[in-house]
Amino acid sequence: MNNATYSSLLELAAGLVILCAFVTLWRRSLSAIVRALCVQGVALGLVALVLGLHRRDAVLITVGCLVIAAKGAVIPTLLRRVLANDSLNRETSPLVNVPASLVGAGALTFLAYGATRPVVALVPTSAGRLIPLGLATLLIGFFSMVIRRKAASQIVGLLLVDNGIALVAFLATAGVPLLVELGASLDVLLVVVVLRVLAVQLWSKFAVLDLDQLQELHD
Amino acid sequence: MLTILLLAVPLATGLVAATQSWRRWVGWLCTASLGGVLVLGIVLATRVLHGRAVSAFAGILRADALSAFMVIVIGAIGLLATTQSVRYLDAEITSGRGTARHATLYAVLVQGFITTMLLAVLAGNVGVMWVAVEATTIITTFLVGHRKTRGALEASWKYVIICSVGIALAFLGTVLVYLAALHAGHGTHVSLQWTSLMSISHHLDPGVMRLALGLLVLGYGTKVGLAPMHSWLPDAHSQAPAPVSALMSGVLLTVAFYALLRFKAICDGALGTAFPRALFVTVGLLSLIIAASLLLSQHDYKRMLAYHSVEHMGLIALGAAAGTPLAIAAVLLHILGHGLAKAVLFLASGEILLVEGSTEIDQVRALLARRPALGGIFAFGLVALLGLPPFSLFVSELNMLRAEVQVGLGWAAAISLICMAVIFGAVMSHGRHMLFGARADGEPVARTHSIVTVPLISGLVGCAALGVLAWPLESLLRAAAMVVVR
Repeated sequence: MNNATYSSLLELAAGLVILCAFVTLWRRSLSAIVRALCVQGVALGLVALVLGLHRRDAVLITVGCLVIAAKGAVIPTLLRRVLANDSLNRETSPLVNVPASLVGAGALTFLAYGATRPVVALVPTSAGRLIPLGLATLLIGFFSMVIRRKAASQIVGLLLVDNGIALVAFLATAGVPLLVELGASLDVLLVVVVLRVLAVQLWSKFAVLDLDQLQELHD
Repeated sequence: MLTILLLAVPLATGLVAATQSWRRWVGWLCTASLGGVLVLGIVLATRVLHGRAVSAFAGILRADALSAFMVIVIGAIGLLATTQSVRYLDAEITSGRGTARHATLYAVLVQGFITTMLLAVLAGNVGVMWVAVEATTIITTFLVGHRKTRGALEASWKYVIICSVGIALAFLGTVLVYLAALHAGHGTHVSLQWTSLMSISHHLDPGVMRLALGLLVLGYGTKVGLAPMHSWLPDAHSQAPAPVSALMSGVLLTVAFYALLRFKAICDGALGTAFPRALFVTVGLLSLIIAASLLLSQHDYKRMLAYHSVEHMGLIALGAAAGTPLAIAAVLLHILGHGLAKAVLFLASGEILLVEGSTEIDQVRALLARRPALGGIFAFGLVALLGLPPFSLFVSELNMLRAEVQVGLGWAAAISLICMAVIFGAVMSHGRHMLFGARADGEPVARTHSIVTVPLISGLVGCAALGVLAWPLESLLRAAAMVVVR
């Protein structure tokens, strides 16, 4: 792979990650949001694959394949099971409407470029220039956790945060050591499983779907 | 060898508990396992006291004096909490709320919880430590929701969402530390080992490290219960079964703080002490102020205890901000003293809930007259927690304040004293409602089971003994403080 193809492939994959983050804010149907998340997982795995092929790093290539399997297949399947319980399957009343939330996400992307300046300065490669996209994905994840009310939407927000961090890790350091990487991925997978179990219990025992209904505990 | 054994004891106990159907002896086996952890922790402490760390698995596990101290904290408070697990499970089963399967799940999860906390303090690698801290969140979620009430499930949901976000930020911080290390190492072998990060800390890029420390304080601070990310804490600690609340409040918070202490030492090298100090002072004071304002209007005694944890985490953050050897030794003593006192109080509150049937402060009256043993334990626990002598929290708070004044943080010490005074007043007035008053005519004096009184009184005696006689721990505290002071 020559240098020009390498950097354009990398840009394409990283661009796809942030694009999917915007799509999750734009669409209100939860199954479309999960599809976007699935594409984002695959794009994230491609980032690792491209980096791995470029650096001839077998570990990174393996990690890329694992990421595609976990985030492109396993996690979306788990999420679809949560949605199966949900008769409405739509984010009906987000706190901020769609056009305003897209503008907000644009502003967060600018913020990400500002905040990562010291990091980008330290990594003057074509991969390093893309680091702000990772932070922007993370911030959009936070934003969607704040403005959305369905239990499933909060899980999506958490996964966006995680994908953003993984993107930063791949671009900045070509991935943390393998042991840590595997542990971290396993933890994320388990968190999704735990949240799924809790969502099912809340739904089947107390018919709770909207987080606004969680009002038992307060001061 | 010792470090592997430490992890193997609770892990093996968990496996035994998983394969057996629930019997009381399984519960006592779990208690014995924690006793084993405490003894091994003390052996480990004598081994590493003179500066020689032990390690295993090519440095993935590593124990120095600070790790050994944290193992002792986990062992002591875990021992106290597991003695009450049997009583909690008995009550759940006899009342028909839980089944034997529930009890087995509980026992296995508690042993898993202990194992992950031990792994967090014994990890020689910051990445492995992160994985362990995140694993504690996953395991404790089901312990928080163990009673399966609506409130318990709501608390678990908030707990896992907020803590996962927090810990994700800590992961980003860890990635940035790794990035800085890659560039400081100039192509030589770079790892995420504590020791190698400490040795190159002066060469780490300050811009990146500043960003990393901010993320780490916010991230691990979520698990510590420091403001502004504390909001899961009162819900989770008030809804969890009492022994789990004792473990979470007494040790889990400080295990996360242990991570911050280590990272602060690295950042002190990379950035100088001014920036880390400002950050710790800010979160510490914010936590104290929030705890003080929310404690005034509490009507639930378990939530009152939970906010009290936010206060104490704020105090140790201020102590860590001062950062002198005296301050860090006091912080560590405070971690142990607060853990013991808070565990005793949460366990006593579990017993109060069991016999009185309510967590409302208004519903509990005249405990000292009606149940003298239980009321006495609760009263002395509050006295300990409010930092009155002879308990060790008095000594450690005094030393932290002294250290803060020495390094020019007198103004922060003054604000923290004001907050402590407000909290003192609030807790005294809540405690007075619960403890004092006369017995109704003809109501007999109720006795409290010795399975409750003996462990809890020993916990209080231990906390007082630490305050009066520092000698058994003094050299360990000093050695542990020197690990994170340069």
